[in-house]
Amino acid sequence: MIYLNGKPRESSREETVATVLGLLDLEPDARGIAVAVDGEVVPRAGWAQFAIPEGARVEVLTAMQGG
Amino acid sequence: MAVQVDADPLRIAGRTLHSRLLLGTGGFPSLTLLAEAIRASESELVTVALRRVGVGGNPNRSSLIDVLVGEGVELLPNTAGCFTARDAVLTAKLAREAFETDWVKLEVVGDEDTLLPDAPELLKAAELLVDEGFVVLPYTTDDPVLARRLVDVGCAAIMPLGAPIGSGMGIRNPYNIVLIREAVQVPVVLDAGVGTASDAALAMELGCDAVMVASAISRAQDPVAMAGAMRHAVQAGRLARGAGRIPRRTYATASSPEEGLADF
Repeated sequence: MIYLNGKPRESSREETVATVLGLLDLEPDARGIAVAVDGEVVPRAGWAQFAIPEGARVEVLTAMQGG
Repeated sequence: MAVQVDADPLRIAGRTLHSRLLLGTGGFPSLTLLAEAIRASESELVTVALRRVGVGGNPNRSSLIDVLVGEGVELLPNTAGCFTARDAVLTAKLAREAFETDWVKLEVVGDEDTLLPDAPELLKAAELLVDEGFVVLPYTTDDPVLARRLVDVGCAAIMPLGAPIGSGMGIRNPYNIVLIREAVQVPVVLDAGVGTASDAALAMELGCDAVMVASAISRAQDPVAMAGAMRHAVQAGRLARGAGRIPRRTYATASSPEEGLADF
């Protein structure tokens, strides 16, 4: 179980940031995206390797009109 | 006009901007209108917010960046919606990852109804972000002392409000804007409160170096026409500031000679 953008999500495998992006229909190298896990930024270079711990809060963010 | 304005670019943290109008992307009914307004405004620096993928009812989330890149503008990510220094710093770091810019329009608000800045949290966030190498442009109250404090911690510009965000109430305290202009050496960008073109012109006449406009354009009945109006207003205000206005007087001063007046 992880919390992906605030919603609980069952996961049977060990997720990485890259596989989680796939859950959101995003390419593993999607442009204009940033990811935080448990309140820490995961740099793009680490997306393929970064293993997401059980119960983690994963935030996947992108540009939206504002300001 | 273009020659005069081009000869007088705005410089912030080593970046040269030929337009002194910053555009917010919030509130446009469509990306097409946003793109047309960008062209009409001739703005080179536009703000974007950072939000969760797949929420917010914006089906165009992926194409917003494409539109902005297509229009050739630079992105200025904001930290809108943050109430604490911690959240604002994290949001700025995420924006740096997402948009590959270390510029940030720092917003840390303390009240949901007025969206007024939370001064202590703002100052704390500004200091942390400057230490992390960010170019920090803080959205702040029209307080000259706070402006000076923000510059003291290394902010690259100051963005004082004219009135609350989206209120369209214009510049409620022009005297404080003048005091801020005198208090700091960095560029002053009037942010928030502009309702129509004359507000933007007034900001420039008061000595601001640029004006940031979002709602007054995006929520106007004709956003593209208003974007053009704002562009002209900012240029007119800048030119008027340079030209030097006449002093205000209570009584009339005749502009036609009194000598040689006919005696009927």
